[in-house]
Amino acid sequence: MGTALDIKIKRANKVYHAGEVLSGVVVISSKDSVQHQGVSLTMEGTVNLQLSAKSVGVFEAFYNSVKPIQIINSTIEMVKPGKFPSGKTEIPFEFPLHLKGNKVLYETYHGVFVNIQYTLRCDMKRSLLAKDLTKTCEFIVHSAPQKGKFTPSPVDFTITPETLQNVKEGSQKSGHPCSRPSSVLPGQRQVCRVKRALLPKFLLRGHLNSTNCVITQPLTGELVVESSEAAIRSVELQLVRVETCGCAEGYARDATEIQNIQIADGDVCRGLSVPIYMVFPRLFTCPTLETTNFKVEFEVNIVVLLHPDHLITENFPLKLCRI
Amino acid sequence: MAVFPWHSRNRNYKAEFASCRLEAVPLEFGDYHPLKPITVTESKTKKVNRKGSTSSTSSSSSSSVVDPLSSVLDGTDPLSMFAATADPAALAAAMDSSRRKRDRDDNSVVGSDFEPWTNKRGEILARYTTTEKLSINLFMGSEKGKAGTATLAMSEKVRTRLEELDDFEEGSQKELLNLTQQDYVNRIEELNQSLKDAWASDQKVKALKIVIQCSKLLSDTSVIQFYPSKFVLITDILDTFGKLVYERIFSMCVDSRSVLPDHFSPENANDTAKETCLNWFFKIASIRELIPRFYVEASILKCNKFLSKTGISECLPRLTCMIRGIGDPLVSVYARAYLCRVGMEVAPHLKETLNKNFFDFLLTFKQIHGDTVQNQLVVQGVELPSYLPLYPPAMDWIFQCISYHAPEALLTEMMERCKKLGNNALLLNSVMSAFRAEFIATRSMDFIGMIKECDESGFPKHLLFRSLGLNLALADPPESDRLQILNEAWKVITKLKNPQDYINCAEVWVEYTCKHFTKREVNTVLADVIKHMTPDRAFEDSYPQLQLIIKKVIAHFHDFSVLFSVEKFLPFLDMFQKESVRVEVCKCIMDAFIKHQQEPTKDPVILNALLHVCKTMHDSVNALTLEDEKRMLSYLINGFIKMVSFGRDFEQQLSFYVESRSMFCNLEPVLVQLIHACVAYCFITIPSLAGIFTRLNLYLHSGQVALANQCLSQADAFFKAAISLVPEVPKMINIDGKMRPSESFLLEFLCNFFSTLLIVPDHPEHGVLFLVRELLNVIQDYTWEDNSDEKIRIYTCVLHLLSAMSQETYLYHIDKVDSNDSLYGGDSKFLAENNKLCETVMAQILEHLKTLAKDEALKRQSSLGLSFFNSILAHGDLRNNKLNQLSVNLWHLAQRHGCADTRTMVKTLEYIKKQSKQPDMTHLTELALRLPLQTRT
Repeated sequence: MGTALDIKIKRANKVYHAGEVLSGVVVISSKDSVQHQGVSLTMEGTVNLQLSAKSVGVFEAFYNSVKPIQIINSTIEMVKPGKFPSGKTEIPFEFPLHLKGNKVLYETYHGVFVNIQYTLRCDMKRSLLAKDLTKTCEFIVHSAPQKGKFTPSPVDFTITPETLQNVKEGSQKSGHPCSRPSSVLPGQRQVCRVKRALLPKFLLRGHLNSTNCVITQPLTGELVVESSEAAIRSVELQLVRVETCGCAEGYARDATEIQNIQIADGDVCRGLSVPIYMVFPRLFTCPTLETTNFKVEFEVNIVVLLHPDHLITENFPLKLCRI
Repeated sequence: MAVFPWHSRNRNYKAEFASCRLEAVPLEFGDYHPLKPITVTESKTKKVNRKGSTSSTSSSSSSSVVDPLSSVLDGTDPLSMFAATADPAALAAAMDSSRRKRDRDDNSVVGSDFEPWTNKRGEILARYTTTEKLSINLFMGSEKGKAGTATLAMSEKVRTRLEELDDFEEGSQKELLNLTQQDYVNRIEELNQSLKDAWASDQKVKALKIVIQCSKLLSDTSVIQFYPSKFVLITDILDTFGKLVYERIFSMCVDSRSVLPDHFSPENANDTAKETCLNWFFKIASIRELIPRFYVEASILKCNKFLSKTGISECLPRLTCMIRGIGDPLVSVYARAYLCRVGMEVAPHLKETLNKNFFDFLLTFKQIHGDTVQNQLVVQGVELPSYLPLYPPAMDWIFQCISYHAPEALLTEMMERCKKLGNNALLLNSVMSAFRAEFIATRSMDFIGMIKECDESGFPKHLLFRSLGLNLALADPPESDRLQILNEAWKVITKLKNPQDYINCAEVWVEYTCKHFTKREVNTVLADVIKHMTPDRAFEDSYPQLQLIIKKVIAHFHDFSVLFSVEKFLPFLDMFQKESVRVEVCKCIMDAFIKHQQEPTKDPVILNALLHVCKTMHDSVNALTLEDEKRMLSYLINGFIKMVSFGRDFEQQLSFYVESRSMFCNLEPVLVQLIHACVAYCFITIPSLAGIFTRLNLYLHSGQVALANQCLSQADAFFKAAISLVPEVPKMINIDGKMRPSESFLLEFLCNFFSTLLIVPDHPEHGVLFLVRELLNVIQDYTWEDNSDEKIRIYTCVLHLLSAMSQETYLYHIDKVDSNDSLYGGDSKFLAENNKLCETVMAQILEHLKTLAKDEALKRQSSLGLSFFNSILAHGDLRNNKLNQLSVNLWHLAQRHGCADTRTMVKTLEYIKKQSKQPDMTHLTELALRLPLQTRT
């Protein structure tokens, strides 16, 4: 390894807000002195939109129109062509995170169909004989705290066979396990492929402390199995992202699972509250976002698995924010 | 008068001896000799000789011969056999001696009266075992992404990591089936090792994966009997992981400027450390399954210290609540135990969490008897009485954590809550094993009542009584209840059918009985044990418990006459029929005897019983007994022999020794002890004899015997006694009715004494040659006959002794006794002291010779002078001028008045001339020239 290029961002967590100055150093280390044609540093922020395969057929017409949206882009020349001495050379840099016009610095978000990403790229141009060196480094943008007072919105819920909506008529095929609700559509309570009459009796009660969530705080609540004829196998919290791409003419809306957290394993004690607790994963969640071109929303499903093969889902839309 | 220095001649005893011996005449071939073998021919003997001298040929031939020693070791050698059969407890104990040390440091906050987890884990591993086949389900993700990560952008890196964490979905799993328990333990240990390796090689994701997979094993309750041990093994891995993570983050805070103090606050931690720490917590929060998420988070609980001051106190209640989600009561109680353990380690002051765990546990207690559990037990074919005992390790731990330094009110509340629940035997048991013994003891009658009420089908009652008994051994119940408690308890215990259950229970209650009651009750209890254990030789399976019973009885009965009057004690001993156990028990008894017996005894009951016990120990000695074992046994038997005393009844004492001698002939130290005893007997007995020379000679002989048996101090005592007896020798003694002068006898005795003194080593605390000096003083002070030269003759002998003493190697030795030659090693100071003594003695002799210059004594002077001359010739170094001159003078003195016998003088001169021909004696030639022969004119 002859020459190494590295970018060190000053903040250990690499988190910056609009209006702040992103600073750090570019480190060039080499045993021998390095001849180069100039070093430049590029800061870039983009929103990448992608349509799911499912949606492609339907909206083929404007498939091509989904282009990356550039939020911020600037390049500075750090060093003019010349030579670095052997050893370690550190070149400090600063980028003010200011936006032109009415553009907004969205919060970093890594999704499936929507990706908001900020990168720093350092390029060292070199003569024909030596390859150019490039180093990329992601930094994270957090949006500014939302104005207005945060008001919690608690939700109580009760789940019984009667409250279920999506019960299929027809008997269950034995030995055929239910598919996991990896793309459960929001706003529906469902249980798969079971006649309501065949369902075992159960009564689940619970509450979420708030569906308005602060992204840095966990989702909390309680769940009580008041009664259940069938033994409980598992209770899970499924965090779902709902990403919408497109505009007025048409849009693609997809719900996918971010993570699935088990909160109860096995036949839990009746009448004893089980805590609902889920930490929002960093990068994969962001404050609920709504723009003209795309939307990022979140939902949580409470999934109860009963013996032998019943799957009950209760869905709650969430609103994430940062304060 | 001139002082003549003494220089003793160096003697080469070997050479002298050789020169005195008859010359060996080699036998020529063909010469007749009656003992000569007939068939051997010359050529053949030569061959044999050569063969014997070259080692290579002889060693090569030995390979074909079966070596009896190596054949014994054929097959498995004993050490690897031990290793192979070692039970998991021993294995684990060896595994974590270092861990124990570390844990002790951590526990320092809690105090030493808190029984640490490390004590428990060994017990658990030993107790919860299985013969069923086990399986490990591991989903080690393929190593994909490991090589490529360097080039990926960070976001992708994170994603792949999370994917890897979820990898177990994708079937990279390997399932290991049909493992024996030992295999399982080994596999877990391998995982522990690979965790460390992964960490060391910076594969943090792999390390985390291993930990997650391991903790997932804890949600598997198949082969449920093994669950507690599995818990112990896997939490060990979690401990390792927690420690690794904590230490790594801690090391990030340590920069060149400062080292983080042990009790740091979050502000001291730097941003990188905090970020890393936060990363771990985010990663763990996204673990899909509940049980691994719980365990892994609990394992790194301590790391909260880097993030915020209140982190731990917020985390603990949350984790406690989280356990509510675990449906299986056994899994959940062990999770609680782990949380309590981590909590006690990290934040012992946060009692609230512990209490919450306890009360949550009570809330879910009814599940143990619920349908889900029953169904599971039916599937696994496990009965409730063997299922319930899986709970105590975890429950005891939780209860112990809470009750540690807890106020009385809390304990009472806990007890009341337990009382209210149905099927509470399990709870009672844990209350009894974890709460303060005093608390239990004062409520013993209550507990007995509760135990009686318990459902017969659930938790085994004998375990409850055992727990109660353990408490009563530690703390005393109220005086008034004591007998009733014993009666009530024993009523139940004696009805136990299964000998194993019975003995486990009885063993504990023996302690209580011994502590508070007399030998009558103990006798009854022992009789009951014998009655239960004898049928079908049940005792064979319960040696450890029976041994414990003996130990407890011995510990409380220090008076052995009382102990052996317990009628059933010896019959009880007869139950130990396996020799090794029997010897162990005997050792215990003897050990206690030596420790507690204050005064010598002659009680025939004790003697009889203990002789029997000692004989058992002695008879276990065989050719394979280790030296250490022999030493131990000898020590114990000697301790016994020392404590036996018949006072003035020496005959009895001696006959006891004789009996002991015949019994313990295989243990050398015991024989030495017996010789000591006999020597002591001699020492006491000799003064009672009348004949003075008999006494002197007996002292000398006893001293020699003592010396021969390496009893140096005893020998010294004998010699001193002999020396102090010398002045008492009367001038005349009665021999065969005639009075005779005693001097010649004394001379004979002293010469004999001197030859013994040569080899007596000096006492390290007395001066050089103190025995010789003392003897010289006695001789000096003794009132000799007026006209006798005996004193001078004795002095001459002393001179011989001293010359012999100044030799580099003495003429003779006693085996295993280091004489002065090897003690001093020819030290110049010693030699100087020796020579000084010689000078004094010589001065005395010369002084005496002078006094003989009167007419009537001239003959005596001549003969004394000649004998002195001979002494110098034999022992002195005549190369020394002064000594040489003295010898010439003596020669003249001997001849001066014509009293000398001419023939003797001629012979002497011839001898000198002959001697001078020897290589290092040439200086004698010159001497011979200076010694004229006087003819009688």
